Amino acid sequence: MKPRSAIPVASAALALALLAFATPPVAAADTVDPAADAKAFKKFFTDKFPKLKPEDFVNGPYSMNEDLHKQWEEKEQFPPYEFSLEAGKEMFSKPFKNGKSYQDCFPNKGIGIRQNYPYFDEKEGKVVTLELALNRCREANGEAPFSYVKDDMAALTAYMAFTSRGKPFDIKIPKDPRALEAYQKGKEYFYTRRGQLNFSCATCHIQSPGERIRAEVLAPALGILNAMPIYRSEWSGMGTTSRRFTTCNSQIRGVPLDPQADEYRDLEYYLSYVSNGLPISGPGARP
Amino acid sequence: MASTIRVRATSNGDTTEVQALIQHPMDSGFVKDAQGQIIPPHFIQELTFEYDGKAVFVADWGGGISKDPYVKFAFKGGKKGDDLKVSWVDNKGATDTATAKIQ
Amino acid sequence: MRNTVLKSVLTALLVAGATSAFAASEDDFKAAYAAAEAANKEAGSLRNQWTTTASTLAAAKKAADSGDFDNAVAQAKEAEALAKASIFQATSEKERWKNMEIR
Repeated sequence: MKPRSAIPVASAALALALLAFATPPVAAADTVDPAADAKAFKKFFTDKFPKLKPEDFVNGPYSMNEDLHKQWEEKEQFPPYEFSLEAGKEMFSKPFKNGKSYQDCFPNKGIGIRQNYPYFDEKEGKVVTLELALNRCREANGEAPFSYVKDDMAALTAYMAFTSRGKPFDIKIPKDPRALEAYQKGKEYFYTRRGQLNFSCATCHIQSPGERIRAEVLAPALGILNAMPIYRSEWSGMGTTSRRFTTCNSQIRGVPLDPQADEYRDLEYYLSYVSNGLPISGPGARP
Repeated sequence: MASTIRVRATSNGDTTEVQALIQHPMDSGFVKDAQGQIIPPHFIQELTFEYDGKAVFVADWGGGISKDPYVKFAFKGGKKGDDLKVSWVDNKGATDTATAKIQ
Repeated sequence: MRNTVLKSVLTALLVAGATSAFAASEDDFKAAYAAAEAANKEAGSLRNQWTTTASTLAAAKKAADSGDFDNAVAQAKEAEALAKASIFQATSEKERWKNMEIR
């Protein structure tokens, strides 16, 4: 092809593109409509698992497999996250060196608010997760931040989730183009294949929930964050959403990003939004 | 420090069902840490449940038991309102005891 | 146009075949390692590095440190191929992810 002929073709394409913008988008391929996304997302799962009630999905693999469900019911009588939960409760009410405490950093003193996180902070222009807010609270009060993935952070979020149990996820997308962009980026991250194994989040949690991957039963993406943080027997300990994201990445042979990297914050925003209306069930226990 | 033992005992008249969860690292002594150093063995060796001054359940444990172990068993007898005593001793000589009322 | 690309690929293959007949030198390793590192850096800017690239790079370095430059060059080339594949993945997924989306 001669280079000169490329110019009219490019301008023709531009004209077409302009034309496409001028007409109302019929296929809605390039508009972002979170409400429609969330509806389609829920419908996909309720169609795939017609026997389940929407709120059952928050119990992850236990809603998919009867044997596991029985084991879980037994386990919930003495849940393995109990020690962490108790530690979290103690930590949460214990004042910092400056006399303030976590209660001063959160609305309603931090009780029963888990369902509102993550939220889009219009001042910062970014998504703020509960874990991030907790560490910012610590730093603002002269305390060293906690690791985002486990132990202390998981204990605190376990307690905050526990006080919010049963409350439906209530993630809002404010009328701010950056919020919509964060949502869209989170969605893109969710569906993008990565790592040497060429998996996206959706490969496991959309295409194969209820199927086994090795010995584990895969959880559905719908309601997958409602149970966070979780005690995983595989980890023999507690893990936060950050821990789940980073280990998911390394399991598919991708180098994980830093916990609370922008991508993960957006991903959490997207995943929580599409689970709006489903009750918080954390802290959870998983095999 | 908070107790390392959670225990719940319920009587149905004839038998008492006991469930317990114990917080303990249960290091087997065969696992290495991130620096490649062996994590020394640290596990519960004996776990005892006593009712009315008599042991109703004794477990001789070793490094093969999981972290934060969970135990469930039932024994004949046991009255509502009575005490059930739980105690453990680990290989470092540490110990903890808890008492639960049978419900 | 396509012909020229094909020719240059063939030439590259022939050249590669020719050099591999000789033992690789430290300079060969350095060049191959730098190329692999550069590709992996680019993957990093696309936020899509693979863990296997990192471990293969480490293996290349280890082989070079022990003086086995043939192996070191082979590992570095492998690492470069992995990094390039991860770049390809990130680039092609820019649009392809939409095929998976639930609407």
